[in-house]
Amino acid sequence: MIKRSDFPILQKKIKGHQMLYFDNAATTQKPEAVIKAMNNFYLHSNSNVHRSLNPLAEEATKLYEDARGVVANFISASREEIIFTRGTTEGINLIARTWGESNLKKGDIVVLCITEHHSNIVPWLQLKEKLGIKLAYLPLKINGDLDLVSAKKILSRPRVKLLTLTQASNVLGILNPIKTLITLAHSKNIITIIDAAQSIAHVPVNVHSLNCDFLVFSSHKIYGPTGIGVLYGRKSLLEKMPPFLGGGDMIRSVYQDHFINNDLPYKFEAGTPAIAEAIGLAVAINYLKKLGWKNINKQENKLTDYFLKKITPLKFIHVLGLPKLKNEKLVVFSLIIEGLHPHDAADLLGQEGIVLRAGNHCAQPLHEFFNISASLRVSLSFYNTTKEIDIFIKKLNNLYQAWK
Amino acid sequence: MDLYAQNILDHYKHPHNKGELNKADVSHHEVNDTCGDDISVSLKMTGNKIKEIKFDGDGCAISQAGISILTEALLGKTKSEVLTYEFKNLEKNFGIKISERRYKCALLGLWAIQHALEKYKM
Repeated sequence: MIKRSDFPILQKKIKGHQMLYFDNAATTQKPEAVIKAMNNFYLHSNSNVHRSLNPLAEEATKLYEDARGVVANFISASREEIIFTRGTTEGINLIARTWGESNLKKGDIVVLCITEHHSNIVPWLQLKEKLGIKLAYLPLKINGDLDLVSAKKILSRPRVKLLTLTQASNVLGILNPIKTLITLAHSKNIITIIDAAQSIAHVPVNVHSLNCDFLVFSSHKIYGPTGIGVLYGRKSLLEKMPPFLGGGDMIRSVYQDHFINNDLPYKFEAGTPAIAEAIGLAVAINYLKKLGWKNINKQENKLTDYFLKKITPLKFIHVLGLPKLKNEKLVVFSLIIEGLHPHDAADLLGQEGIVLRAGNHCAQPLHEFFNISASLRVSLSFYNTTKEIDIFIKKLNNLYQAWK
Repeated sequence: MDLYAQNILDHYKHPHNKGELNKADVSHHEVNDTCGDDISVSLKMTGNKIKEIKFDGDGCAISQAGISILTEALLGKTKSEVLTYEFKNLEKNFGIKISERRYKCALLGLWAIQHALEKYKM
């Protein structure tokens, strides 16, 4: 059962108003269990991992490695294929700098979607500058769905080596047909990366059945702490890749003139890792598992239906991106309000306790595609309620009437 | 619901000095990439003093009302005076307290004018 009281921050008041937390695509709130587990680690188990042969280090190492096991199990990977990073951004950069730099050559094409977050564009633009690779963007249909006909044509170009794709846009909340695209890519020997940052908290992700080569996500978007993320990589690829950062856990032995790197997954984990954060992430995942996808999806689908039912009659609002199939829309809605700039709306509604995001949401190319400069984003979670949507609609209406 | 102070709303809905100056001495286009707010300014100078400012732009009420206010408040000021202008000076001009989260919105117009002035050689 969904229990809002598991998330203490949801009780917060802003300027005397009950807070409505509508910015879950930016970061999710943390259940008390996560906060307690991290506290407990520092109170009772804190030590560095993989180093000393003492009982405290053994305890910390076990907790850290158990957390890796929880993550592996959650996305159906094996333990050695789970690399802890600082977040989605670092995961993508790691792939670009290691696999990318050792496999891509001048003139090779990296395919991405126009919906990508800046963190899945800039690392490839950096390789464009460094190696002379080319980028090609998969376009959308006008309703926001990915254009599969164009995608097939683009992926058939001779020098496409990599498809790096978000599972769901952080602006539109539309799930891309990643399984179809991965299968298509593999038939042409194209390596695939899935950015699951936005989808991981909303739909089950199974790297085995997706058959992707890499998948990345951040802990803080799945009710875990900030500062840690996950990179899944297919073992056969990870083994061939050079290490990323040097130092700490990635080392097996060091000599004056050379070093030998550690085995997977440590080969890609340099320095002391975010131990408490890994433990917190594992508790967040276990929390979701206990809640169950069935309950999460039921509540989030209900919120999507309710939000669209309430927002559609407001003629001064335009919702960006409505997929043909209703079940392909996450609880994320980017709005354009007639005559009212998103910044003003976020600021003024913020003073009423409603936490929203305004801007281009780190997706400038997508906003250019829609020919707008900014939008107002409402992103919900299972812990939001239809009553909160009612308050939002009422206050949005009041604001618009007072403003025009 | 509390909207912004009336003078901000007035300037936003009925901006002053909107357009482009013919035969401007300097002009500049300033964009806030994080939000897409956009301001172009053109200036006429008399010696080192600002004689006239016009602007064009697109963005939120704070950025657009802000530049509208500045096109009047900065007339007669010298280049060096305006180049030392800061956030706290703007609050005086705007006549309201501006929250930190609107810092960039408020400053965009000033930056446009300052960058234009930097190009001005007497």
